[in-house]
Amino acid sequence: MNLAGRVDAVVIGASAGGIEALTALLPALSPGLRPPVFIVLHLPRDKPSVLVEIFGRKCAVPVREAEDKETVAPGTVYFAPADYHLLLDRGPQISLSADDPVHHSRPSIDVLFESAAEIYGDRLLGIILTGANEDGASGLAAVHDAGGVTVVQSPQTARAPHMVLSALKLRPADWVLPLDEIAEMLRTLNAAAVMPVN
Amino acid sequence: MDAEVNAATAAGREFDVEFRLLIDAIYHIYHYDFRGYAPASLRRRLRAALTRFNCRTLSQLQDKVVHDSATFPALLDFLTVQVSEMFRDPAYFLALREHVVPLLRTYPFLKVWVAGCSAGEEAYSLAILLQEEGLLSKTIIYATDINPGTLQKAAAGVYDVERIAGFTANHRKSGGRTSLSDYYTAAYGRAVFNKSLKDHIVFSDHSLATDSVFAEVQLVSCRNVLIYFNRVLQDRAIGLFREALCRQGFLGIGAKESLRFSSHADAFLDFVPGEKIFQKRAEL
Repeated sequence: MNLAGRVDAVVIGASAGGIEALTALLPALSPGLRPPVFIVLHLPRDKPSVLVEIFGRKCAVPVREAEDKETVAPGTVYFAPADYHLLLDRGPQISLSADDPVHHSRPSIDVLFESAAEIYGDRLLGIILTGANEDGASGLAAVHDAGGVTVVQSPQTARAPHMVLSALKLRPADWVLPLDEIAEMLRTLNAAAVMPVN
Repeated sequence: MDAEVNAATAAGREFDVEFRLLIDAIYHIYHYDFRGYAPASLRRRLRAALTRFNCRTLSQLQDKVVHDSATFPALLDFLTVQVSEMFRDPAYFLALREHVVPLLRTYPFLKVWVAGCSAGEEAYSLAILLQEEGLLSKTIIYATDINPGTLQKAAAGVYDVERIAGFTANHRKSGGRTSLSDYYTAAYGRAVFNKSLKDHIVFSDHSLATDSVFAEVQLVSCRNVLIYFNRVLQDRAIGLFREALCRQGFLGIGAKESLRFSSHADAFLDFVPGEKIFQKRAEL
């Protein structure tokens, strides 16, 4: 599946087992990446977020913690900060919120996916990975309903399958894939992939 | 599939239009100005409000807001709901104790402004901190919010007892030198905070979007309020704080908030880097 030119942004949600899953996915992104990538990974709230440190070293693209009211830069990976919801506004611009947790989670995957679907409409790729709760299911449904592309990690390959099963229960996904094939798909987002080959 | 997507896109456009109309109606009728709020959170809250008020569209909700006077106060709760806790981000309060309190001691009287105080948790936390540091007797805390219902709750200072364990843990981590239980009386599942704290707090109605400065203060604490504003309204609010602060006064903002998009950024020094405590520069 070649997504080059099909999407303007990517949203990814993961919970239990998520660091491992993202470790398999994010190195697929290369400096030619154009769409920004927004990620919500559930973590204990009092644990200082070390995601930027962990993935900054593994990735060839800039990896940042999302900051309130910053203008979204292309080809950048943004992690939601611990204890804040990550939302998108027109611009596109980042907006954080300290509203109530959703599915006991702040940041919540649903909150990110629903607000991204409002901004990017059918130009959005939504990916739900391993996790042990139901967060992300209605978010991915919102991506689907807006005409975006939806991908769910295949349940048998997910360390905790509850989250992907909940998402699949709500809407059929366009693609149900193991991590290595999701990584292949992400590779097609790198700008080099759309360059004509002589 | 394509028809479904087109319908979803059209519904999104309609929601956008209705959203702006509703925000304008609220401004013109009730003089609450949400036009400078960051749309993302507001839209989410309004979607939740549709369910709560049993409306299918924002136009239906607008009809109720305009023609039924009971609806707006309830909607205001939805639009302004803010979740806080006492001594939220204990490291912030610890930094206030260690770095700001020594300078606050040098003033004969203290005025503190808690902007966007919601149900009062932040105001009571500061009152307790100042009491522990021996400063409360010479302090007035102005705690302001736009929601009169929330201000009433804040003034009552009553919280569910289930929340007290979390407050107590935070208080301890903030460098608290007394027991939090010294400051409240628990009965019937509720904890009522002491009058000795309330005597030093003035709760009042104030909008960062439409009102001006009302006092000169030594410390402004405004946390997790600016994130709900767009850059223009953030700049207005930070301008008010700058104007309200005395020379070399202090401004504390939320852990994930910043002054970097504000035209007033240069008026402040990063006083406790990492804890979002700034000091207004001495003017030349």
